[in-house]
Amino acid sequence: MERFTFVQKFFLYLGIAVFLTFILLPFFEMFMTSLRPLEHLFRSPYQFWSDDMSFQAYFDIWDTVPLLGRYIFNSVFLASVTTFLCMMFVIPAAYSFARFKFKGKTISLSLFLGVNMFAGAVLLIPLYKLLRSMGLLNTYAAMFVPGAAFLVPTGIWLLKAYLEKIPIELEESAWIDGASRMYILRRVVLPLAVPGLIVVGVYSFIGAYAQQFLFAITFNQKREYMPLPAGIFEFVGYQSVIWNQLMAASIVGIIPVLIIFLFLQKYLVEGLTKGAVKG
Amino acid sequence: MSSKNLAYNSLWQRLVRSHAFYAWLLIAPAALFLFTIVGWPLIETVRLSFTNAGLGGEEYIGFYNYEKLFSNRKYPGIVGRTFYWMFLSVSLKMILGTIGALLINVKLRGQASFRVLVMPPWVVPMAIGCIGWLWVYNGHFGILAGVLMHLGILDGPFGFLAYKTSAFYSAVVTDVWVGTPMVTVFFLAAMQGVSQDLYEAAYVDGASRWYRFRRITIPQIMPVILSMALLSAIWTFNSFEVIWILTEGGPRGATTTMIIDTYKMAIANYKFGYGATRALMVVIFLAVFSLLYLVLLNKVNDRFKVK
Repeated sequence: MERFTFVQKFFLYLGIAVFLTFILLPFFEMFMTSLRPLEHLFRSPYQFWSDDMSFQAYFDIWDTVPLLGRYIFNSVFLASVTTFLCMMFVIPAAYSFARFKFKGKTISLSLFLGVNMFAGAVLLIPLYKLLRSMGLLNTYAAMFVPGAAFLVPTGIWLLKAYLEKIPIELEESAWIDGASRMYILRRVVLPLAVPGLIVVGVYSFIGAYAQQFLFAITFNQKREYMPLPAGIFEFVGYQSVIWNQLMAASIVGIIPVLIIFLFLQKYLVEGLTKGAVKG
Repeated sequence: MSSKNLAYNSLWQRLVRSHAFYAWLLIAPAALFLFTIVGWPLIETVRLSFTNAGLGGEEYIGFYNYEKLFSNRKYPGIVGRTFYWMFLSVSLKMILGTIGALLINVKLRGQASFRVLVMPPWVVPMAIGCIGWLWVYNGHFGILAGVLMHLGILDGPFGFLAYKTSAFYSAVVTDVWVGTPMVTVFFLAAMQGVSQDLYEAAYVDGASRWYRFRRITIPQIMPVILSMALLSAIWTFNSFEVIWILTEGGPRGATTTMIIDTYKMAIANYKFGYGATRALMVVIFLAVFSLLYLVLLNKVNDRFKVK
């Protein structure tokens, strides 16, 4: 194939630079804000750089909000449990939709996908009542149970597409050799489906991690169970907001997960390419 | 016929006979789970919409909530704004997602790190990303107003979230920012799935880059674009956190979409019954939109089908 000329390359890099500036702008702003001392934060006119910038806020956050470490842990913990729960429901259902022909398949599949239309915000009040009657309010479960439910439909959609690409012959020969159905699912299908499982796992984890604000502020009052996006608002006081510390805490809080994604991103794209993404 | 063959036959028949049962057995846990967490609350929402439920108990009041809603002169504006919000935001996400995917699909030095750097808005908690934008938009201390003042485009502080029009478009930009990375990653995966032979054949025939993009890349990834657009449209229609954290629906209702309106009515004003009526309208509008879209999608899919 032809190579890019120097000018073409220049414009490609320029395009990437503009795109990434848009993507990274708020993070850059958060970082700059976290470096400015609070009393100098509200300085007018706007100063891009000043000499009194420091990392002090990164040390102060742990005293201002003593439970910060707990919030960061809660976020990752909740996302992990949500992902696990979601996978438990997604795997058998996706396998069934990918492999079997049965009456009502199309309808039940559309019903599942239809669930995508309901945002948590629409169903908050009945959900609140439901969780209260199950005695789940103010527990971790109040956040991961509804969280998992809203991730199941897309999970099924992604994994089903992947499973359909695995040749059925292997399962048939295992069946003829006398393997049980559960054995086939566990020992034949799942090992072949690992790239697809990674896609669904990563997708669910991101969804569970990135969207844990609404359920957390509505279904949980206990501070020790709060995830980071809800806990971070403790820096917002009655009188004033400690902005520099709020930004510092946000950055510290998201870094563990960002590092995980440095490693997972490749597998996500690979798995999606291999078949989990299709029309 | 040998007995071995008979055994195999009956085994096979047993499989065929019970396999619908087994299929349903595998689906049952997910179905029950979703019925409990989504189905039942939906039924309850329908019931609540016919009551005046609030903090003081509830009574059935027939269609009163619906009559009240349909005679509300502000409501059509909210519905219109929601659809405008959705079309604008989803189109931008699709366009930027395509451009972004193209850019990080090109073999350039640094490609691996570009791919990682595209992810953060998708991966970090939405609420935290929105706090970053809150500061970006700040009139006095935000980077946007700061840079524009230095460049002389603005002659004084400008609070992007303080005025009706700018607040609306600022919220759109933030929503696009949240939604673009996932679209980019899915499109990138789709582009990598396109067979290299097609490009080589076209290249040999002397097709230009632009021609190959229009006639190979776009048609090949069209199914993914179309299904992402629907998913994205549904999520954007229901987008809550972005607007709530940036503006809480203000200033003077300029960013109040149906979902914000529903939340305000039900949670902030404790009008559970009237709120349920509004929640149902969200569901109905989305269902009608999705059905129309799917009908169109089927037609378009037939046209773009690649053998």
